Amino acid sequence: MRINSKRFAAGAALALVATLGLAACGSDDDGGSDGGGGGGDKTTVTFLPKNLGNPYFETSDAGGKRAVEEFGGTFAEVGPDTAGPDAQVSYIDTAAAQGVNALIVSANDPTALCDSLNAAREAGTKVVTFDSDTDPECRDLFINQATAEGIAKVQVDMIAEQIGDAGEIAILSAAANATNQNAWIDLIKEDLAANHPNIKLVDTVYGDDDDQTSFDKTAALLADHPNLKGIVSPTTVGISAAARYLSTSASKGKVALTGLGTPDQMRDYVKDGTVTEFALWNPEELGYLSAYAGKALADGDITGAEGDTFEAGDLGEFTVGADSTVLLGDPFRFNADNIDEFHF
Amino acid sequence: MSTSTLAPSQESPATRALHTVLRSRELAIVIVLGLIIVLATARRSSFVLSADGWRDTLLAPSILLLLAVGQMVVVVTRNVDLSVGSTLGITAYVTGKIFVANPDISVVVVFLAGLAVGAVIGAINGVLVTLFKVPALVITLGTMYVLRGALTHEVGSDRMNAQDYPAHFERLGTQQVLTIPVLTIIALVVVAAVGYYLHTARGGRELYAIGSDPDAADLYGLPAGRRVLGAFVLCGALAGLAGVFSAARYATAFSGTGSGIELQAVAAVVIGGVAIFGGSGTVWGAAIGAFLLVTINRALPILGISEFWQGAVVGALIIGSIVLDRVLSIRRTHQLVEARDHA
Repeated sequence: MRINSKRFAAGAALALVATLGLAACGSDDDGGSDGGGGGGDKTTVTFLPKNLGNPYFETSDAGGKRAVEEFGGTFAEVGPDTAGPDAQVSYIDTAAAQGVNALIVSANDPTALCDSLNAAREAGTKVVTFDSDTDPECRDLFINQATAEGIAKVQVDMIAEQIGDAGEIAILSAAANATNQNAWIDLIKEDLAANHPNIKLVDTVYGDDDDQTSFDKTAALLADHPNLKGIVSPTTVGISAAARYLSTSASKGKVALTGLGTPDQMRDYVKDGTVTEFALWNPEELGYLSAYAGKALADGDITGAEGDTFEAGDLGEFTVGADSTVLLGDPFRFNADNIDEFHF
Repeated sequence: MSTSTLAPSQESPATRALHTVLRSRELAIVIVLGLIIVLATARRSSFVLSADGWRDTLLAPSILLLLAVGQMVVVVTRNVDLSVGSTLGITAYVTGKIFVANPDISVVVVFLAGLAVGAVIGAINGVLVTLFKVPALVITLGTMYVLRGALTHEVGSDRMNAQDYPAHFERLGTQQVLTIPVLTIIALVVVAAVGYYLHTARGGRELYAIGSDPDAADLYGLPAGRRVLGAFVLCGALAGLAGVFSAARYATAFSGTGSGIELQAVAAVVIGGVAIFGGSGTVWGAAIGAFLLVTINRALPILGISEFWQGAVVGALIIGSIVLDRVLSIRRTHQLVEARDHA
C-alpha cells in the first residue's frame, strides 16, 4: 500500500514536471513569434558563473545584462557561493526546468557538468560557455576571452621585461584542476623553454582562488626560494593576494609580480610600486559577447558551425572558429599610466 | 570498609609543578610544534630568522588563535559553534563597509563594532541552543548556512579591495611592537584573559562542570543556560574580532571570506587536547593547537611535502591527538584504580 502511494506520488510529480515543461515550451514559442513581429524580444538568458561574489564574473555578468537589455530579453544570474566541480549542477538543472533560451556558463570542471548540460540542451536550451570551457560536445558555443597562446605569451613577455629576461620565477595558480590555468601554465613553460632560456620556473603552487590560501602560498614561495626574481599569477584572486603579501614584505620591489588581475583589485599595488604591469581582457565585453552569442543561437541565426557569423551589438561582427569557438581579442596590459581609466 | 581517598602529595610544590608540565597533554603538541619549527628553520633559516619569517610565524596564527579560544569555551560545555566562519566573513565585510562610509573613523571603534556584531550572532546561537534544547551542532550548522546565505545575498557582486580600506588600518595588519605583531599581542592577551578566567573563576569552572555532566550540573543548581549562552556570546564576539583581523591582514573581503575556517577552529581545539564531548581541556591547549595547525601549513612546502598531502597531514594529526588522548585517559584510569587498591 505504501509502495503504491509512493509510486503514485512519483508518477504525479513526473506528470506535473512534464506539464510545466510543455507549458514552458509553449510560452517560448509565443515569445518567439511575438519577437518576430515587433521589435521586442523575449529571449531568456541565464548567466551561471563559477561562483557568486567574484568581481571578475560580476563584471562579465554585468556586460551580459547590458547586452540582454539592448535586445530586450530577460536576464538572470545564478550560481554557487564557492567554486567546486559539481556545485553548478543543480543550477543547470533548474535553468533547464525553467526552459531558458540560453544558458551562459563558466565551467568549474570540463567533464563534471556534461550530463546536466546535455540534458538542458535536449530540453531546448542553448548552452554557451565562456571563460572556462567544457568538453566541446557538452555545449553549443565557447566564447574564448583570448587564445591560450596569447594569454601565456603576454604573461611571459611581462615577467621577462620586468626581471631583465633572467632568473628564477614561480607560478601562483588557482585550483590544481582549473582548466584554463593549467592550459596557460603548459604554454608558459613551452614559451619559456623556447624563447627565454635564462628564466627558470622553479615552482608552481595553488592558492585555490582563495584570498587567505593564495596569501599564505605567496609567503611560502618567498621563504622557500630565496633567489626568486618574479611571480606569475594567472588568476585575479591569486595576484591580488600575492600583491598584498608582497606590499608588506621585505621582497617588495625586489620580487616582480605580474599575471592576470582586475584594475580595482590591483590599483593600490600598482600605485605603491609593488606591481609594475599586469594584463587581462575586458570581462565586461566577454559577458556582452556571450549574451549576444546565446541570442544568435536561440534565434536560430547560427548553429555554432565553423564560419557562422553574428552581430554582437557595438562590438561588431564575430565569426565562429574551429571547435565552435568565438575569440574575443588580445589581452590588454594595465599599468600606472592607464589603470585609472578602468573600474571593474 | 576501604577508603578510596588519595593521600596528599609528598612532593614539594616545585617538583609537583614540574610533573604537571611533564604530564600535561599540551607538552606533546608543544614538542611537535617546536620540532616542525626547528626542521623548517634548518632547511631554510629564513623561515623564522628573517624579518618577514619571524613576523609571519607570529602573525599568521593570530586569526585562528581567536577562533580556537572562542571555540574551546563552547566545546568545553559539550557544545560546538560551526557558524564562526560565517561570522568572520560578515564582520570582515562590515569593517570594509564602515571604512567606505567613513574613512576617518577610529580603528578602536571598528574593533568594537566587530566584537559587537559577533556577540549578537553568538547570542542568537546561544539563545537557540539553550531555549530549544537542540544540539548545538544542528543549530550552528543552520546559522552557518543562514548567515553565509544572507552575506552572499547582501554582498552579491561587491568586494572589498585594498583601495576600500584606509592605509592606517592596513598597516595595523603588519605593525609590530618590539618585533611582535600587534594583532598577535591582542590575540595573546585574549588567550591569557580567557585562560585565566576558565582556570580560576567560578564561572569558568562551572563551564567545565556543565560540559562534564550536564544533568548533574543542573541538579546541583548551576545556571547552565546562562553559562552556555555566555560561552556562545564570547565565541561569537571573538569570531567577530577575527573578522576585523582578517580585513586588516588580507585587505580584502567578499561573500566567501572565512568559509571553511570553522572546521580549522574545531581541529585546533581537538589537536589542543580539548575533549570534543566537553568537560576537559585548556585554553592554552587550544591556542597551541591553532599555532601548530597554521605553522604546519606554512612549514610543509618548505620541508618539501607536496601541498596535496597537507590535508592528509592535518588529518593524521587530528586522529593522532584523539588516540593520544585515549591512551592517556586509559593510563590515568589505571593509575587511579591502582592508587585506590593500594590505599
